[in-house]
Amino acid sequence: MHAVASTTEPTGAQTTALNASEMTLLHVKKSYGEKEFQTDVVRNCSFAIERGKLTVMIGPSGCGKSTLIRLLAGFERPSGGSVSIDGKKVTGPGHDRLVLFQETALFPWMTTGENVMYGPKARGQNTKEMRERGDYLLDKVGLTRFRNKYPSQLSGGMQRRAELARAMINDPSIMILDEPFRGLDHMTKELMWEYYSRLFEETGRTNFFVTTDIDEAIYLADRLIIMTNRPTRVRTVVEVHWERPRKLADLVDNDAVNLIKQEVLQVLHQEAMKSFAGGSKAAADFVNAFSKRVGG
Amino acid sequence: MSAIAPVMNGQAVRMRKPMVNPSLIRAVTAIGAFLILWEVGARSEEWFGFTVPWVGLVPAPTAVLVAWGPLLADPGYWQSWWLSFARVLAGFIAAMIIGIPLGLWIAVSRLFRGMAFPVFEILRPIPPLAWVPASIIFWPTQEMSIAFVTFLGAFYTVVINVVGGAQSIDSRYIQAAKSMGSSGMDIFRRIILPGTLPSIFIGAAVGMGITWEVVVAAEMISGGGSSMGGSGGGLGFFIWNSYVGGSYEQIVVGMISIGIAGYLSSTAIRALGQRFTPWLSSR
Repeated sequence: MHAVASTTEPTGAQTTALNASEMTLLHVKKSYGEKEFQTDVVRNCSFAIERGKLTVMIGPSGCGKSTLIRLLAGFERPSGGSVSIDGKKVTGPGHDRLVLFQETALFPWMTTGENVMYGPKARGQNTKEMRERGDYLLDKVGLTRFRNKYPSQLSGGMQRRAELARAMINDPSIMILDEPFRGLDHMTKELMWEYYSRLFEETGRTNFFVTTDIDEAIYLADRLIIMTNRPTRVRTVVEVHWERPRKLADLVDNDAVNLIKQEVLQVLHQEAMKSFAGGSKAAADFVNAFSKRVGG
Repeated sequence: MSAIAPVMNGQAVRMRKPMVNPSLIRAVTAIGAFLILWEVGARSEEWFGFTVPWVGLVPAPTAVLVAWGPLLADPGYWQSWWLSFARVLAGFIAAMIIGIPLGLWIAVSRLFRGMAFPVFEILRPIPPLAWVPASIIFWPTQEMSIAFVTFLGAFYTVVINVVGGAQSIDSRYIQAAKSMGSSGMDIFRRIILPGTLPSIFIGAAVGMGITWEVVVAAEMISGGGSSMGGSGGGLGFFIWNSYVGGSYEQIVVGMISIGIAGYLSSTAIRALGQRFTPWLSSR
């Protein structure tokens, strides 16, 4: 049995990869709107993105995950609490963090190869080593034959893989991925998980991955952060002790993996029910009135 | 596109190539049918004894060809071609050289946009031909005034297209570029410029059409401005001169010549566009 879930914090010393960062959120609050119309999207949210680990965040849809990503990336500032990277407060976007967004944003006017080499060229590092690194990454994501094709000539899955390679070559000390495989069919998704986790295992950088797909979350995660309904904060942290490289078949066959899945499902289900009840004011009022009457 | 379709597994599937390009067949058929109808219509008087309205008054295509023959050996006719082409090119190139940077600047700088755009929008509705008298007064030579009016024809279209193209570049591209360490000049050169290129070529193609409209009208109004006189004042003046001289066949020759010239110019721009924006044609 390789996989064990535990909700306690890890005690052992972690292997510290060079050039990998860690991020900490402490009592973060984010609200939108003015005065009495102000609503909290994130409230009292604290968690750590550990160095060299793949942290996956999962939560009910619309719970404020994208808001958290914008806070981590530095595109927005928290209304309260702090977001810090390696102990330093985040004040804006930085090249140490690289965000991969939901929709693909390969540059249509550059070939796949040129897209991958964008970052190094932008920073004046168009060296032989970098070009070799680009070739290596293209090979890793299975796109060597498509290096001279334009993005419009690639399938959806190929475009996402090219994007992964384009992000990885910059060797960010933390990579933030916002549902990068959303909208792909299941077969392609599974292929993407394998490509992506191999890239992660190879680089050993800090990764933060946001998703709504439970299989994806469990297959990829070292640590799984389950969020509550809006206003969002951490509900549970699940440590996924599952040896790498992981086999896709274990998602179905392995009992320990299935136990984790059940645990996660249960928590998510509770949150989903809350969000369902909270979504309907009439239903909430009814429940309130009902419980008052029973109580009184 | 070639007849070789790219396929996911890397192999190419060769499709059967037809003997003759079907779109060529369609084009030839359509032009042929048009010429026959025109010929029959124009000769209805002598063939059937009645005049078809409108078409009956137009010289028949064969008569036009007969009039065209000797003109091909007339240097004055080719001089007209050359003059009109030179004016169109001068105005068009000036419009591109001034219009593209201006459009990019308006798109990129909020401050400059605030200042330049109102002026631009007041000048834009003034038709280029309304500039002809002022242009003749302001510019020292007739040639320069015609070129200036031609320039105006293409200028507004080029600027509007460049501004629109640059502003419609997806902000995700710029955000992605920034997060990979790109900044300032690099984003301009590798994101904004190539991202605007398709709109630049659309503006150029439309602008080229307008320059031909404008140059012909300007030549008619200004009298061509050629030392060779007669048939040497540009294609617009050539038509006007034929009208004054009562040679209706030559009027049609002039009109068709402009059609061919315009077609050649826009084909050249399309070819250039495909060369510089290869990602649009490779799907």
